[in-house]
Amino acid sequence: MPEIMNPPSSSRIKVRPATEREGRKDYITIKDYGFWYGQKKALDAISLDIPERQVVAFIGPSGCGKSTLLRNLNRMNDLVDGISHEGDITINGRSIYDPGLEVISLRRRVGMVFQKSNPFPKSVFENVVYALRVVGVRDRAVLEEACETSLRKAALWDEVKDRLDDSALGLSGGQMQRLCIARAIANRPEILLMDEPCSALDPIATGKIEELIHELKEQFTIVIVTHSMQQAARVSDRTAFFYLGKQIEYDTTEKIFMNPSQAQTEAYISGRFG
Amino acid sequence: MASSSDSSTPRGEPWVWFTGLGLIIGLGMVIGLLSLVILNGVTVFWAPQVPVAQVDDGRTIIGQLAQRRIRAGSTAENPRYERQYQVGLRELNGNSYLWVDETKIKAEVFPDDVLGLERVEHGPAFVRPQSLRKSDGKVVPITDPAFESALQAEVAAAAAVREKFEEITRHRIGDVNHEMDEARVALRRAEDLKLADEIAVRRRQIDGLEERFVVLKAEAQKIVNGGAVAVLDSKDAAGREVAIPLTQIVRTWFPNRLDTWGRTQLFASRLGEFIFDEPREANTEGGLMPAIFGTLVMTVFMSLLVTPFGVITAIYLREYAQNGPILRVVRISVNNLAGVPSIVFGVFGLGFFVYVLGGSIDQLFFSDQLKYNNNTPVFGTGGLLWCSLTLALMTLPVVIVATEEALAAVPRGMREASLATGASKWQTIRDILLPASAPGILTGVILAMARGAGEVAPLMLVGVVKLAPTLPFDGNAPFLHLDRKFMHLGFHVYDLGFQSPDSDAARPMVFATTLLLIVLIICLNLGAITIRNRLRARFKGASF
Repeated sequence: MPEIMNPPSSSRIKVRPATEREGRKDYITIKDYGFWYGQKKALDAISLDIPERQVVAFIGPSGCGKSTLLRNLNRMNDLVDGISHEGDITINGRSIYDPGLEVISLRRRVGMVFQKSNPFPKSVFENVVYALRVVGVRDRAVLEEACETSLRKAALWDEVKDRLDDSALGLSGGQMQRLCIARAIANRPEILLMDEPCSALDPIATGKIEELIHELKEQFTIVIVTHSMQQAARVSDRTAFFYLGKQIEYDTTEKIFMNPSQAQTEAYISGRFG
Repeated sequence: MASSSDSSTPRGEPWVWFTGLGLIIGLGMVIGLLSLVILNGVTVFWAPQVPVAQVDDGRTIIGQLAQRRIRAGSTAENPRYERQYQVGLRELNGNSYLWVDETKIKAEVFPDDVLGLERVEHGPAFVRPQSLRKSDGKVVPITDPAFESALQAEVAAAAAVREKFEEITRHRIGDVNHEMDEARVALRRAEDLKLADEIAVRRRQIDGLEERFVVLKAEAQKIVNGGAVAVLDSKDAAGREVAIPLTQIVRTWFPNRLDTWGRTQLFASRLGEFIFDEPREANTEGGLMPAIFGTLVMTVFMSLLVTPFGVITAIYLREYAQNGPILRVVRISVNNLAGVPSIVFGVFGLGFFVYVLGGSIDQLFFSDQLKYNNNTPVFGTGGLLWCSLTLALMTLPVVIVATEEALAAVPRGMREASLATGASKWQTIRDILLPASAPGILTGVILAMARGAGEVAPLMLVGVVKLAPTLPFDGNAPFLHLDRKFMHLGFHVYDLGFQSPDSDAARPMVFATTLLLIVLIICLNLGAITIRNRLRARFKGASF
């Protein structure tokens, strides 16, 4: 697998032309956003708009703040002690820090898939319908339908349909990650955040998940953090490059990979960096 | 010799030996303690051969060898031993046990006709039977080959009579007494409040109960007097005539006639009595059923109290409390609580649970009982509930610490995954964290149970007694009597070993009781461990 083993270079990466779909251009708006862990500033002056039903990739070296920004979109960082922020993030025109907005309802609209697959120690079925159980859905028929729909969307249905009652911990790594995706989309969020979803997977599983992202963007706005240049190029419509907590460049993926305006971006993408 | 820098032996390797040494010392102590208890505990019920010994001073002894030890004053190179025989017949010999200098024993024979007797009173006896006066008047001499079967039949018949008598005196008369107590309290209350109708009803009820009591008493008397009682005529070691009525005899055996199978049967029968019967003779004879039951109920009840309380506390500390100096102080206090001497918990239990809580409960709900029953407290005195609560408090730190550790060990990914789907904190705790940390919590409960079941000191203050007339569970509503005092194996060991008037007779029972307590705790722990392993199996293969 030379393509994966070798450092990425801009000339060898195939960029998919951006597809224009209908929807708000500024569905998620991040404006002059800064973020601190205690005294340490992790993000500085981030401003970007994420259009509806597109895939946006966050790239950058480790510690550049891309994951922090992603985890702030559904306020997962609230779990950390001593955080503070400036600026604002709005989703569909409403601030996520609006005191009238419950964090729980924000998270119901913004699903998340993590770097490490983290299924619950429950059955496959219970994993998928967890988000529905949480909001109090009891009707078995509704749950079953949601389970099948989500698993089909996550391209896992055919593999697990006969063992829905088995423990989710018996699945393979790739299946577990797709199960986590199914779980994240079961309650039909509007946005799906993916934090390096393929970093622990083999190339075949990675391919399946990337295909999945293509299909999911018909319905969801997807923000993905990735360390793989090829992956960013393959799946995203727009790409943001971060370095040391700052947003260096944000543009269409085609532009970022073919003709970046910043030298740092160019250096990072071609592998001459870090 | 290579220099230390390129030596092939890794540095620090000798430490392996130190760790091994630690393990060996620890194992040695555990194995030593267990084998001491098991050997001494199990052999209590095994019947050895019983010699007839001639002593220099002209005495003859019939008795079971109890101990053999080096005489005080003899040297290690030239030891002189003395033997302790259990001779029984306390009412004649003054003492059941006898020390004899081994060198003074002239001859020891094991005649066939030595008979061992376990009696209802005055401890065991070893005699040489002469004849059996049967209840139908016939006399069977020892020479008659039918003697043994006749004896067995009479013992069984006497046991049946004794059981009938017990049934009447203990249970049926006990029930009448119970009703009578209630009726008297009700009568006093009615008299105080001048309720004429009620007074009449209660008086009639008491009269009826008194009638029933008289009838039962007569019935019991009839059983005692009715029919001739079989008597066993024997001679003791000194040749004195001893006549023992068979109603006094619990069990007989010919220790020198039994084969291995017979001894095994006797062993099983004695063990069965030990586990399933009630104690006799100041607890040195008979069984431990009430103490086993009391220990079991108390431990289970304690676990039921401590688990929810400890888990809820730990959830608050770990999941909700703000990290800061106050939380640290609380954590340190909880840990220190585990180091407080258990007797202090007993004092607290007595002062707070029994007097304050129990007293208030009595004032609120049992004021009639207090007023019309000579101020007899119901909950304002030691009892099962207060014992369980005191031990629950004592074992609380164990459960809290274990639960906190278990919650902290749940992978962060699971917590985040749940929150990211829009679950609230409470839903995450209930649906994800608690199930995932259940094995760890159960480990804490197992430790708490092991500590609680073996605890004695605090219980002496808050409700454990030497001899409880009733079990905490019986047929009278509300069936489980949390206010009752009860017997406990741990306390039983202390009581037998240090409070018994006949310490020689109590000695074997101390070992047997200790063994039983250890077995009981092992069983409780095995039960909990089985549950924990089932839970663990559900999380097997987790790849967080």
